[in-house]
Amino acid sequence: MDYTILIGGAAGQGIETVVHLLERTIKRSGYNVFTYKNYMSMVRGGHNFMQVRFSDRPITTYKNKVDMIFALTEESVDIHKSNLKESGTILVDSDMFPEEDYYHLPLNRTAKEIGNSKIVPTIGFGAIVKYYGLDMEIAEKAVNEMFKGKVLDLNLKGLSSGYEVGENKLSLELRNDENIILNGNQALALGAISAGVKYYCGYPMTPSTSVMSYISSKASEMGILVDQIEDEVGALNMVLGASYAGVRAMTGSSGGGFALMTEAMSLAGITEIPAVIVNAQRPGPATGLSTRTEQGDLRFVIHSGHGEFPKMVISLRNPEDAFYQTTRAFNLAEKYQMPVILLTEEYLTDYMITTKPFDFDRVKIQRHLAERAEVEEGRYKRYKYTEDGISPRINPGKFEDKIVLVDSHEHNEFGNIDESIETRNKMMDKRMKKFELLSEEVQEPWQIGVDNPEVLFVAFGATYGALKEAVDELNDENQRFGALVYGDIWPFPTKLLNQIGSQAKMIITVEQNRTGQLESLINEKTKLEINNRILKYDGRPLNGDFIKEAYKKL
Amino acid sequence: MNCEYELYDPSWCPGCGNYMIRTALKQALEELNIPPHKAVVVTGIGQAAKMPHYINANGFNGLHGRALPPAIGIKLSNKDLTVIAESGDGDTYGEGGNHFIHTIRRNINIAHFVHDNQIYGLTKGQGSPTTAMGQITTLQYEGVKIEPIKPLALSLTMGAGFVARGFSGDIPHLVELMKEAITYKGYAHLDIFQPCVVWNKVNTYQWYKDRVYKLEDDYDYTDFNAAYNKALEFGDKIPTGILYKVERETYEDRFEFIKNGQPLVDVELNPKDAQKLMKDFY
Repeated sequence: MDYTILIGGAAGQGIETVVHLLERTIKRSGYNVFTYKNYMSMVRGGHNFMQVRFSDRPITTYKNKVDMIFALTEESVDIHKSNLKESGTILVDSDMFPEEDYYHLPLNRTAKEIGNSKIVPTIGFGAIVKYYGLDMEIAEKAVNEMFKGKVLDLNLKGLSSGYEVGENKLSLELRNDENIILNGNQALALGAISAGVKYYCGYPMTPSTSVMSYISSKASEMGILVDQIEDEVGALNMVLGASYAGVRAMTGSSGGGFALMTEAMSLAGITEIPAVIVNAQRPGPATGLSTRTEQGDLRFVIHSGHGEFPKMVISLRNPEDAFYQTTRAFNLAEKYQMPVILLTEEYLTDYMITTKPFDFDRVKIQRHLAERAEVEEGRYKRYKYTEDGISPRINPGKFEDKIVLVDSHEHNEFGNIDESIETRNKMMDKRMKKFELLSEEVQEPWQIGVDNPEVLFVAFGATYGALKEAVDELNDENQRFGALVYGDIWPFPTKLLNQIGSQAKMIITVEQNRTGQLESLINEKTKLEINNRILKYDGRPLNGDFIKEAYKKL
Repeated sequence: MNCEYELYDPSWCPGCGNYMIRTALKQALEELNIPPHKAVVVTGIGQAAKMPHYINANGFNGLHGRALPPAIGIKLSNKDLTVIAESGDGDTYGEGGNHFIHTIRRNINIAHFVHDNQIYGLTKGQGSPTTAMGQITTLQYEGVKIEPIKPLALSLTMGAGFVARGFSGDIPHLVELMKEAITYKGYAHLDIFQPCVVWNKVNTYQWYKDRVYKLEDDYDYTDFNAAYNKALEFGDKIPTGILYKVERETYEDRFEFIKNGQPLVDVELNPKDAQKLMKDFY
């Protein structure tokens, strides 16, 4: 089984309410859920829609065709009816398109009887619960958790009235549920908290804001200082101050705000202060499409900051990956004393997916701080030359006879300004040695599909989910497809790509940008020939159907 | 515990006001018995901003205009450190103007010493945010055409609880002001006049000496209106001393876990502490 319900309407009409209730109810009934959310940049009005897909099999992307449209506006029907399967149903109020053969229910009238027209979405939810034969107790619990007081009473009435007036068509059996359901930013934030972030500051910018707001909601409970500050320039500088003082610190933004951080990115490079920075991509240039998705910042992020210095870029592939990679990012930032950028994208920040509960035993905290015995006598050398380029790092205030000096100028081992040729060369080499060492421990991309594919797709980040379904379905037709999906992307791992790519008959890159930025990286770092490319840059996330269709058109 | 601050050879011009400010800083920290490993001097870029290289305290010599943000990050992470942000007038009031305004709003317990020589020294003589209207510089050939900023009036109106002005030519007075600023619980703004002997031929040592006077003993520094009037006094006579000082709740004290907890840097990290948060997602 594999169903999709699309809920469409104007912003502020309650689409999110229905979706949230459906997600929880279906998940707790033991099914896998995947919700794709599509917003315009409006608080009220406009047209928004979300698609809740659910199945007894794992699902990682959304589908083009839907089984049910629950339309809160006539516009929603007009826009989406072409996406309806032949067997599909359109759930609308009785007064909407009365001449059509739709699933008409007296939603507005029932709401009026209950005494509040805002209750329509919950009545619709009740009708959907009935339609699919979902468990009413589970649905009630979801409503109970979501509302309080008077509003709760209204919504409980809405649910039961919707259930009463609705018709039953299917009967989904109850299955065992052990999963959690969350989006990429929640997973990322949870990863950061579990990694021990003590200081998060930032300036709100869609689609990064929910990382900060989630951590903020747990700030007092977990003893984390969350600071909304004046601008992104200040944000990364504050993070560097906090990290210099010795706490795990983090900031995040989207392209434009991230651009403001690039000055301090360079500062992190030369001062060798660890930092974890999130860039949640949205389509640019400039304000671009502020609530939509893109992978257009890959090159920008890799090269962010003036001058040459080591940094790491990890692109996040799904919420589970976001959780574990975030915890790893803190360890790597401290090991190599450098900035680590977590590259995510609007689509991943927002879609909801059922996933296995995170294993906190797997999370290791490695601070890489030097003990007193590891620091030589005499004046402390913050930038001591070592074989691997990593100098013993201590916190200021920790040892009575050691002061810690960091400097944005080129500096000597003590951290004092030094412009000599010898120092400059040695310090540049010292810093870049860390990058060489890091290059040896980057993780190869995830591999999907057959082991030695004739057709190899290569992608990065959140494209993973779509590619997974596309490759699986293509292999159902003919077992010759595979894919590599990059997480660690800078330094760029090439071993697996060279090994599999050199055997493949065709290599196709799949990216959400116009210029093929991953392709250009592959061209730069390998001798492989990219034969074809599937690019999408309209701000809407690609899905498995899109990749399959695009492949067939090549 | 050793509370003596070693000094290193600076590359400042002979006669630069920075020497006197450094002498005062060393003396203030020593008289307060703050050991060097517990003090952090955070600076941006400029001649003043080289301070961490010339005095043996913890130092964060960051970016131009960005002395305050790291200072905030440091103080919030380790409340046991004495944090002094220090930079020039261009750095603080120009490039860092936004941070300046919002740092005042926050009221974090740091001292902020602004070396104000009314000119850009490091970049060789361009007008700064405090250069007088009409002054000819190496960039403004027809004279500066915008009004100077009034730093003390600005910090007062933004709600600073400690606002003062010192003069590098009066070291004992400056030491007292620095000590007051460092021990003040909250954000303390100390603007310090200093001559730039090479690039500012208007605001010379003598120019300042002829104008500055100490606020009278009976001056009431808790009177906001009086302070505001003094902050605008910038002509033949310019007041020095503490213009304004009142008690304000600090930013960090608004967080229970910082106010009554150990410094964040000393908190032990345990990934499993976060496991309970997963309940939100079932």
